Amino acid sequence: MTDASPPIPALEPIPRVKRDVLPLLLVPAIALAALPLIGSPTTWVTLTIAALAMGMMIFVISSGLTLVFGLMDVLNFGHGAFIAVGAYLALTVLAPLSGWMQADHLGLNLAALLVAVTAAMIGTGALGWAFERVIIKPVYGQHLKQILITTGGLIVAEQLIHVFWGGDQKAIALPKGLRGAIVVGDVALEKYRLLAVAVGLLVFAAMMLVLNRTRIGLLIRAGVENSEMVEALGYRIRRLFVGVFVAGSALAGLGGTMWALYRETLTASIGGEVIVLVFIVIIIGGLGSVGGCFLGSVLVAMLANYTGYIAPKIALASNILLMVAILMWRPQGLFPVARR
Amino acid sequence: MADALLTLEGVHTHIGRYHILQGVDIDVPKGTLTVLLGRNGAGKTTALRTIMGLWKPSRGRIIFDGTEIGGRSTPDIAREGIAYVPEGMGVFADLTVEENLILAARDGPIDTARLDWIFGFFPTMKRFYAHPAGVLSGGQKQMLSIARAIIEPRTLILVDEPAKGLAPSIVENLIRAFQELKRTGTTILLVEQNFRFASMLGDTVAVMDDGRIVHRGTMAALANDDAMRTRLLGLSLETH
Repeated sequence: MTDASPPIPALEPIPRVKRDVLPLLLVPAIALAALPLIGSPTTWVTLTIAALAMGMMIFVISSGLTLVFGLMDVLNFGHGAFIAVGAYLALTVLAPLSGWMQADHLGLNLAALLVAVTAAMIGTGALGWAFERVIIKPVYGQHLKQILITTGGLIVAEQLIHVFWGGDQKAIALPKGLRGAIVVGDVALEKYRLLAVAVGLLVFAAMMLVLNRTRIGLLIRAGVENSEMVEALGYRIRRLFVGVFVAGSALAGLGGTMWALYRETLTASIGGEVIVLVFIVIIIGGLGSVGGCFLGSVLVAMLANYTGYIAPKIALASNILLMVAILMWRPQGLFPVARR
Repeated sequence: MADALLTLEGVHTHIGRYHILQGVDIDVPKGTLTVLLGRNGAGKTTALRTIMGLWKPSRGRIIFDGTEIGGRSTPDIAREGIAYVPEGMGVFADLTVEENLILAARDGPIDTARLDWIFGFFPTMKRFYAHPAGVLSGGQKQMLSIARAIIEPRTLILVDEPAKGLAPSIVENLIRAFQELKRTGTTILLVEQNFRFASMLGDTVAVMDDGRIVHRGTMAALANDDAMRTRLLGLSLETH
């Protein structure tokens, strides 16, 4: 290496970095718009907490899927299988731990949940690895085949659940310490919803930490944007993708467990039921964007809860309308990832 | 002529049903800058992408530093010591300049002495080091793209039309950067349509047309022979 020649004076201006905060304002805007329609501030707070809890669960389920799509352009309609299998694995693990679940000790209650969630995540992570190897790998770059084969994978998984766990609806009770609500003034805050919010925020913080502060995270972000260039730098994007797929499947298992406990019932079709919301979330958030996915989850859940109370008849359509409105405003989603 | 670091022997590449490279033969001598010239659609970019493994050769041999690399995966080829600066620059827009360089320095942390060396010929980069690459101008992105290719020593650098669409002051910066790289003995294969830019840097030259090499020689000989240059390159190349 030799010394460079004297530099040419820099004439170009320093680029300005613009922060895109406009989509974030949708959350307070929707919340404040709902307040007069709901009427009672107490009900509004309850609905908002419920929405945040639901949003966090949807985020946990969706976050892996959005990265899977962004990284390898893979449309995985079979993601619902991991949600369902995770919930059933948790149900199985919780059965022998009923003593801990019913104990008057919050620590034991949480320990039981931790064991169940760990089992669900390990199981769905392993299932995700097998799913990627057997079902996804042969159809890289072929969207139509991906849709068909992953939907087929979801159907097979649901039928296998019927075989192993039976076709009837299962009850999955909350642990004793997480039943009921904490009353603050006139507002009742359900304990499990608060836990769901905390878990969702923890997962989001962990993901942002990994994506922004580690080399693996930088590689994932770079790969979402331009996987070919990541390979040209000497990194094997397929291995990275498998890792993300496994992590995303494990998160779906965690989300499925949380969702089942939230509903306190469980059927094999639980994944298929929530997957529509999941796809709405990743589309409005911006494909491949974890931040967009987080915001999209909160918006979808808020709208579902508010319209469910204000005008139940339009609750089902509200999220489709939200998606249409957002895509008309920002066709690439709220926080689009730069793509080559 | 020095020993060839990279040799393409009868390389054919098909993209879908299109037969793009139709038996390309090139030698890139070690420690030199070889320019690959040709009209739009001649197959220059395809040649670089085929060397890099982004498209697989359907026939022929690609030998790099004595090792056959044709058909190997792109990461394997990159790890042999080949860096690639694509036509679209390929910077990661959502990552900062620093993060782009962190990923390019795959063997460990960024060598600060080498970074200072790069800042020597791209001084403006120091000012936008913490900025997302997406907000940079075209010239700044090109600086980053080249900096990423050289943040660690590489044996061969493939560069695809770096001067395309850039302001003259930025092109001057790039010329100085490539001259500096040449002084370090780095081997470079440069695809270019700007003949002035190419002639200021090139030691050897290969001219492509319709997926084949139609001329090989020294850049000096081509630059000094107007008739041959017009015959080989026509009027589509920028000569200003």
